[in-house]
This record gives sequence, structure tokens and C-alpha cells, in this order.
Amino acid sequence: MTSSRRDFLKIAGASALTLLAPSIFVPTWAEDAMVIPPGRAYGPTPALSARRWAMAVDLARCTTDCTDCIAACHAVHNVPNFSNSKDDVKWIWTEPFTAVFPAENHPYSGQALQKLKVPVLCNHCDNPPCVRVCPTGATFARPDGIVMMDYHRCIGCRLCMAACPYGARSMNYRDPRPGISAINPNFPTRAKGVVEKCNFCEERLAKGIPPACVAACRQKALVFGDVEDPRSDIRLLLEKRFSLRRRAHLGTGPQIYYLL
Amino acid sequence: MLEKALHGRRGYWMWIACLILVAAVGFFFYMRQLDYGLGITGMSRDVSWGLYIAQFTFLVGVAASAVMLVLPYYLHDYKAFGKITVLGEFLAVAAVVMCILFVFVDLGRPARVLNVLLHPQPASILFWDMVVLSGYLLINIVTGWVILSCAKKDIPPPAWIKPVIYLSIPWAISIHTVTAFIYAGLPGRSFWLTAIMAPRFLASAFASGPALLILVCLILRRWGGFDAGEKAIQALAKIVAYALAVSLFFVGVELFTAFYSGIPEHEAQFIYLFAGLHGHTGLVGWMWAFAVLAAGALAVLLIPGLRKQETWLAPACVAVFASLWIEKGLGLVLPGFIPSPLEAMTEYHPTGPEIAITLGVWAVGFLILTVFYKIFTTVRGGIVSVPAGPAAGGR
Amino acid sequence: MKQHKWGLIILGLAIFAIAVTFPFWYGKGKSTPPVLSLETPEIAGLARKECIEDKAFMRADHMKLLKAWRDEAVREGKRVYTARDGRTFEKSLTGSCLRCHSNKEQFCDRCHTYVGAAPSCFDCHIVPGEVKK
Repeated sequence: MTSSRRDFLKIAGASALTLLAPSIFVPTWAEDAMVIPPGRAYGPTPALSARRWAMAVDLARCTTDCTDCIAACHAVHNVPNFSNSKDDVKWIWTEPFTAVFPAENHPYSGQALQKLKVPVLCNHCDNPPCVRVCPTGATFARPDGIVMMDYHRCIGCRLCMAACPYGARSMNYRDPRPGISAINPNFPTRAKGVVEKCNFCEERLAKGIPPACVAACRQKALVFGDVEDPRSDIRLLLEKRFSLRRRAHLGTGPQIYYLL
Repeated sequence: MLEKALHGRRGYWMWIACLILVAAVGFFFYMRQLDYGLGITGMSRDVSWGLYIAQFTFLVGVAASAVMLVLPYYLHDYKAFGKITVLGEFLAVAAVVMCILFVFVDLGRPARVLNVLLHPQPASILFWDMVVLSGYLLINIVTGWVILSCAKKDIPPPAWIKPVIYLSIPWAISIHTVTAFIYAGLPGRSFWLTAIMAPRFLASAFASGPALLILVCLILRRWGGFDAGEKAIQALAKIVAYALAVSLFFVGVELFTAFYSGIPEHEAQFIYLFAGLHGHTGLVGWMWAFAVLAAGALAVLLIPGLRKQETWLAPACVAVFASLWIEKGLGLVLPGFIPSPLEAMTEYHPTGPEIAITLGVWAVGFLILTVFYKIFTTVRGGIVSVPAGPAAGGR
Repeated sequence: MKQHKWGLIILGLAIFAIAVTFPFWYGKGKSTPPVLSLETPEIAGLARKECIEDKAFMRADHMKLLKAWRDEAVREGKRVYTARDGRTFEKSLTGSCLRCHSNKEQFCDRCHTYVGAAPSCFDCHIVPGEVKK
């Protein structure tokens, strides 16, 4: 590429502008080029896109004591594992059914239900309190419903952790790297002092592959899809099965559907 | 005027040296915290706020001290407070500085704190809390300083300061309201999800702030060479009595709602506080200490014969301050997290470094308070030769 | 202000000015800019040895480009960068930049150390080959 002196001056000028307006900067010479046609993404396969991403957890298929989804997610996303539960970081994990759905619990419910363990993760709410309270916009909702964290911007105030009614968020109370047994070089770790959580594998969706937990589940108990698409697998399941959502009465609009 | 803080007797300098030492120890541990991360504290995934935010919440209340002097004096021409409004304003300054420091030391990434201004989020209550706290700090520095400067020169305060003082009254209400909204606006934490959170903050603020002011006045009368006047102190004591009564009433109202309605997720935290839940009794001792101290103080403050004796009034004020420190501190913050949204019982125990950092911030606050009060007593006392002992010492 | 204090004030200001400018005149001529190494297998294998944009731009403004990439990829989901000559790249520090510049120590760090910059990028983003510290 040969760059003329004039071009360079243009670049330099545009760059200088960034000093004045760092957050709204798009290099003028690159503005057009940066527009990506919808559905296109880097990589061999097109990105997966949806009007509204959601997940169904089929509790009839999910087997207690299986941790494939957790292992896959935590390996792919460099989630540390410390022996100290105080410093825990969790994106997806299991909890007793009775703790996940306390309102549905009564002394005479069957043994199977009492012993049932349920995978829990961020609910990617329609009306997410964590996004509402974040003082910097580090947590934000994407148009396709994914509640995202911008780890570059998080100041670590942990108001989102207080706001989340699902306990889905974790704080990096210390440098996570020593707690990661095998680092996946294709996904960043986090640094100490920021809050983190499940991102619905948006980095994988962009490359056209489904979330790690969904791909790892041999029982096919996790169904991921577009709930706004009436022909999607998840919609067909919600059509014919009875589903529960965690603490839906709080008005957060959780998007993880538990099928009974 | 600042040079007035540079002349003092040995007791004054000893006190200053102690405060600097405690602040330095806190700073040392803060450096450790910066290096290691907040894991150096007792906070955890389940209990993600602890001692720091508890101090912040309590001190927002103390910062209200100013308004309880300013309002009667400027709006109702209650002359007895004329001499001491500045004391309230300076106490507010020290308290707000501590508030800001406690939020700051609680941040995981303090270097990025300016993101709050670079990417302001009007939907976030924390953003507004920052706005009202810095505004309140500014208002009180300006009014306190201007009025004291004028007193020194023996001239009436400039006319423009009046509107600023009037503004400080609703502004003081705003810092409690907004801070309460940080808690009261969260859907999943039923202990905080109460419409009387802001009124509760105001009621306890009007008790703890003036209680500290009474103590300060008693100390200044004995060792600082400045007498606020018995009338002013007694008026403050009455304010404390009523505010404390309202504050306890509010706690009772919360208890009624939780237990008469019988909704488990509203009861659980109160059971945890006063009786312990599933064998976890971390706060039970503290909460009963609160209840006993507050009830005892209320009795003393309500009986005129006792209230008028310094030997009863001083311990009562200490009891008010200590009891509300428990109730609006850890007693308010921790039950929001215990039990957790997934019904886990994770107790919280502050660590040594965490306590050292907390004491360090308190030391910085008292240092600011001491310097301001030293200037105040020198200017107001008028006589430099008056023995100037530890200005805010003795506490 | 009494007259005899002016001398002290000017002396103090002079000491302040000297102290503040000390690093500039002390370090002048003492250090040479580092030589950045482009010797990586990936770069050796390139037919056209050219970064995503020209050298002058990359040298002066790579941090601004990375910042723009960061916000666009994370916040807007725009992950493809089209260079001025039409080539496309994934907006990824590890996946694009460090794929060629795999010698972070001889490339990134040398200059960052020289200019005293301490970017926190690598606290999270992984340097291939440096995976287990």
C-alpha cells in the first residue's frame, strides 16, 4: 500500500480529533469501510444472529451430577477456580431446585424434585437491573438481548452484584490467572477488580458456533435460540412444555426458561 | 485562616500525630489492597459489600448534622444556634470526605473512577449520589469558610451566602434520599426494598449527626475554650431525642410489616439480624447491642432531669452514635446479602487490613475535623492565649 | 508581603522549575530509541510485509486504533476491520496483532518501556506462547 502524504495528514488529523472526543471517535477515512453487512462476520461461517436470544433448560433431560456444561464454559472463558469459596467466580453452576425456585418448594414435593440440581446462569433479562444501576455503562444490553460486560470500563463498584436478583455475578477479588489451570488463548482472562458473568458466548455466536455449554451438553438439555422466531426449537419447546422462570415476579424478564 | 491550625499545645499535636499515624497505617494496607485486590478484605461473592460501604452509609447520615443547625437558625431565627452552625458545616465536610473515601477504597479498579464522569449514566443512582455528595461537600466548605472568615474580620456575611445556605437544606435531604435509593431500588434484595428507606436514613441522620455535635460541643467547652451555650446543647439534645424516637419507630414499622405479613423472604433477614438464621448468628450480638444502647439513650434523652446533666447527656450521645453506627452500618448492609438470592448463608467477617483501612479513613476524617475545629475555636474564642487542648480529641 | 521575602519566593520557584524539568535535561542524549524486532516466523512468511495500515500511522496511532477496535467489537459487536486498502481483519489484539507480532517482548515491550507507557491490555489479553506464566 502506498500512502500519500495527504492521506497521512488526514489520518493524523482524524487521530488528533480522538484526543478531543475519545468516545465518539471513528476514523473518518475508515467510516465507510467499517460498516459490516448484516449477518457477516470474521471467520469461515456467518455469525449467528437473533432478535432475542434465550435459553431453555430441559430439567427432564438434565442429569444431576453431570458438570459438562460448567466445565466447558469455564474452560473456554478462562474462569478461575480457587480453593477459597470467597473468591469464587462462576458463570454457570448448579444449585438445588429448592433454592432456585423457593416458591415452588413444599414439604410434600417428591424426592426427585428435592434432590434435583439445576444449572443456573445469567438470565440475560429483558429489564436488567444490573444495567440500570451501572454507573459507567460497563454493563449494557445488546439489541439481541445479551446482557454484556465491558471489562475495560468496569470500575468494580459491585452495585450490579447487589442489583442482580439471581446471584449471577462474580467479582475478581484477586488476579484470576493463578486460578486458571489451562488458559484458552482465544479468550481474554479478566483482571483483578472487575465484575464478570456469563456472556451467552457472544464471541462464539459471532463466529457462527453455539454457546459452549449448549455444545457440551450430551443430554441436549440446553436449548439455545431466538424466542422471537416462532419456528425456532426453543419456541416449539415453550409451546408444548410447562416452563418456569426464576423470580419472574420481580419484573426483570429473565430469559432462561426451565422446562419441567 | 489555615495558619491558625499550626499553633497548638502538646496535647493538640499529640492528637494530630496519632491521627496521622493511624491514617498512615491505613494507607499502607490500602497499598496492599491495590496490589492484591479486594480479596484482602472479608467480602465475598455472596456478601459483596462490607465494612467500607457500611461506613459510607452511616457517615452520609452524620453529614446531615449541618442541616439541623442551619434550618432552625436561618429559617426560624433560632438564635442559640448562631454560634455553632459553622461547627455543623465543618462536621458535614469531614463526614462527606470520609464518605467519598470509603466509596473510593471500595472500588475494584480505582484508577478508572473517572469513568463515572466520562460515561455518565443518568439511570444509575450511584451517578446521582456522586453528584449530590460532591455538591454537598462544596456547599458546606463554602458556607463554613465564608461565615467563619467574616466572623474573624467581625463583618456580617456577604448577602450571596444566604441563598447558598438555603440551598444546603434541601441538598442535605437529597444526599440521604439518593443514598437510600441506591439500596431501595434493587428488586432482589427484599431487606432494602422498602419505601421508608429514605425516611429511615433521614431519621437516624438527624440523631447521629447532632449527637456527635453535642459531644463536640461538650469537648470544646471543657478543653477547647469555646462554649456553645447550654441552650444550644439542650436544643440539640431534644432534636436527637425526637429523631432517635422516630428512627426506632421506623425500625418497629419494618418489623411489623415483615412479621405480620409473614412473607418468608421479608422475615428471613430480620430473623438473621436479631435471632440468627440456620445457625448463623454473626450480627445478633451487635443488633441487641444496638437495641439496648438506643433504648437506653432514648430514655435518658426523654427525661429532662437526666438530659440536663452532662454526666448523663454525654454517655447517651455516645450510645446514640454507637447504636446507629451498628444499625445504619453493617446492620443495614449485610442483611441485604444474607441470605443470598440462592438462600446461601455466607457470613462476613472483616479482615485486619480491612479494619486498618477503615480506621485510616476515619483518621483522615477526624484530622480534617480537628484542623477545622482548631481554626474555629481560635477564631471564635478570639483569644489566642486560651489553652488549646486537643480540639476534637477525647473521643 | 514584606520585601525581603521575594528572594526566598524566587529561589523556591527556581528550585521547583529545576526539579520539574529535571528528567528532561538529565536524560537528554543519554538514551537511544529502541530497535523493534520484526523477526517472527509469521512475518517472515508474509509475501507482502505490511501491517494493517502504514507504518507511520501504526507507530503514532496504534493505541487509538486499538481503543476504537475495543469499543466497536465489545459494545457494538462490529468485529471486522477493513483497512484502507480493502483487506479485512478481525478486531482482535491476540488474534490479529499478536499473531504476527508474536515477539511481544522485542516488539511491544521495548518501546513501551522506553516511553514509560504501561498499557494494561496484557493483564487480560493473552500473548500466545506466554500462556502459562
